[in-house]
Amino acid sequence: MSSDGDLLHVVTLDNITASRVRFGNLLKWGGLAFMIACFAVLGLSEAGAFPLEFETWRLGLFGYLVWATCLCMAQVVLRGEQGKRTLFILPGVLFVVAMVVFPLLFSLGIAFSDWNLASPDGRQFNGLDNVRQMWGDPFYWNALKNMVYYTLAIIVEYAIAFGLALILASEIRARKFFRVAFLMPLMLSPVAVSWMIGKSMLEVRFGPLARLARSLGWDSPSFFGSPEIARLTIMIMDAWTFIPFMMIMILAGLQAIPKEVQEAAKVDGAGPWRNFWEVTFPLMLPVSITAILIRIIFKLKLADIIINVTSGGPGGATDSVTSFIFREYRDRSNVGYGTLLAIVYLILIVVAITIFMKLVDRWMNPRYLK
Amino acid sequence: MSNTQIFHDSESDLAHKAGWLTKRVVIYGILILWTVICLFPIYWTLTTSFKLAPDVMKGNMIPWVDYTPQWRGWKSLGLSPDTIGMESTVREEFLKRFWNSTVSALCSSALAVILGSMVAYGLSRFSYRFGFMRNPDVSFFFLIQLILPPVGLARPFLVLYKELALLDTRIGLILLYTLTVLPIVIWIMRDQFQAIPVELEEAALVDGLSVWGAFLTIIVPIALPGLVAAFILSLVLTWNEYFFAALLTSTDAKTLPVMVASQTGSQGINWWSMAALSWAAILPLIVIGIVLERYIIKGMASGAVK
Repeated sequence: MSSDGDLLHVVTLDNITASRVRFGNLLKWGGLAFMIACFAVLGLSEAGAFPLEFETWRLGLFGYLVWATCLCMAQVVLRGEQGKRTLFILPGVLFVVAMVVFPLLFSLGIAFSDWNLASPDGRQFNGLDNVRQMWGDPFYWNALKNMVYYTLAIIVEYAIAFGLALILASEIRARKFFRVAFLMPLMLSPVAVSWMIGKSMLEVRFGPLARLARSLGWDSPSFFGSPEIARLTIMIMDAWTFIPFMMIMILAGLQAIPKEVQEAAKVDGAGPWRNFWEVTFPLMLPVSITAILIRIIFKLKLADIIINVTSGGPGGATDSVTSFIFREYRDRSNVGYGTLLAIVYLILIVVAITIFMKLVDRWMNPRYLK
Repeated sequence: MSNTQIFHDSESDLAHKAGWLTKRVVIYGILILWTVICLFPIYWTLTTSFKLAPDVMKGNMIPWVDYTPQWRGWKSLGLSPDTIGMESTVREEFLKRFWNSTVSALCSSALAVILGSMVAYGLSRFSYRFGFMRNPDVSFFFLIQLILPPVGLARPFLVLYKELALLDTRIGLILLYTLTVLPIVIWIMRDQFQAIPVELEEAALVDGLSVWGAFLTIIVPIALPGLVAAFILSLVLTWNEYFFAALLTSTDAKTLPVMVASQTGSQGINWWSMAALSWAAILPLIVIGIVLERYIIKGMASGAVK
């Protein structure tokens, strides 16, 4: 292991004796053996070939914990200073591996089986049946289509957030007050928001927004009646919570632009309009891309509001993929099928975001070489 | 003589002033409009919790002018002045959920900040090689977790937790929440650590501290504002989390958002008690938002400014 490219160079004389190496190896392999033994005992007792019965799989968890601890200790014992560096990221890696890799492998197994919690047969492998069912499921495709609409709404959110950030960055009084006020929606839990706004303020008979709509000339306001309006309402509620997020990021970017650049443009005779489009906006592109990317990632998880306000209605018009699968799990207990849908969604997301990032990369680099 | 004005503003200057004034009016108009949009739902919820049924129906808005505030909503939660001393099952329930939310949000944020800042420091200072994985790969491995949709993990976790007897426990929830906020913490902290000059640690190492000693005694205190920012942001996200809590908890470890959501559907809607409950659920974060606004903005801005 070389230390090339380290920002922090450390030169120490590690005096690693043969007995220390032996002890380290003992820790490393002993821990591994212990974990394997734990899993083997569990597997055997599951198959009924072991005298002891275990109620839970906790033994496996302890096995993993012991192995992880031994591995971390062995790093320092075996490799001294280099091991201490590895120790910075090893706990994080082991944690994420335990929490993500195991469940993901597990979910692949579930996805290709027919497993309805309500049926007595339990889990049964059924090959590609779930894929075929998905192919013919109009509601899933509908939910995917809705996700495209929801994602496109980000463009409008971005425009509003940019406008607000520009105003906040200009010379105004009481900036701190406005900043706190604008930040508030982000702090509220989506569940409380869906009750406060979705159920209470949009209540057709006496909600304040319905009243406002009536006084503006919309005779019988109904915010969740027709598919288009329902989708729009969900979009607005989601935008309400997350515009502050983009606004803050853009504001930080705006404040980082040196004043001299804009002043130079002004001296050269650029009006505020040209100043914005030819100086501020291009300088803000990297920040904007980051903000939009993170917003997309959060948007793809959109579910809480939909579950609590419309539960996908009317007729699946507001369903996001997450809320659809949530109902598949909870109401229909359709485990195998729901998990397959989730995995397909995951693959779609990863592909889409990779393409998006590549496009951005290609589009930005020739013009604004960093 | 003193009344005679010698210098006059020219026509063009006066026009400029008028233009400046309209611009101010428009700007403050937008600011105030957006403030109302942001704050009105909070105000509406607070006032509704003090209303009686007819007040809700009539859509009265301003307390003491349109209607007289009553403790009705808070009484149903057992939190009004006259019921606070009495036994109340609803209050017990509410406090239990509140406590669950608090514990799981605090513990998972703390865990994520500890694990995440270690990882972020390691990645910002040393170059690693695990097989084919180098630093960019390792950091991609962590950040990709952000993309992972919660639905992909929900069901496997349900089965796994059931077998591990972690279902409906706070520990299970804490572990899962830590996983969801870990990438965000790493992302924020990597920026923070990169901004700290390496010379500081070099000096500390020359003075005889180990790598970990330098990290704990020199770097962590310097990066403390960033750590607080990451902690607060994780706190907000975990406190508000609904999806996993709804699937993985049922009685013991149920959190506040699940309680709020489960009240919505049942037995008509008690506007006042729902309003009181929602308000109580969002109050801690409103306080945090006002008091620690600086840190939240710092945390979110760290990705924006390089």
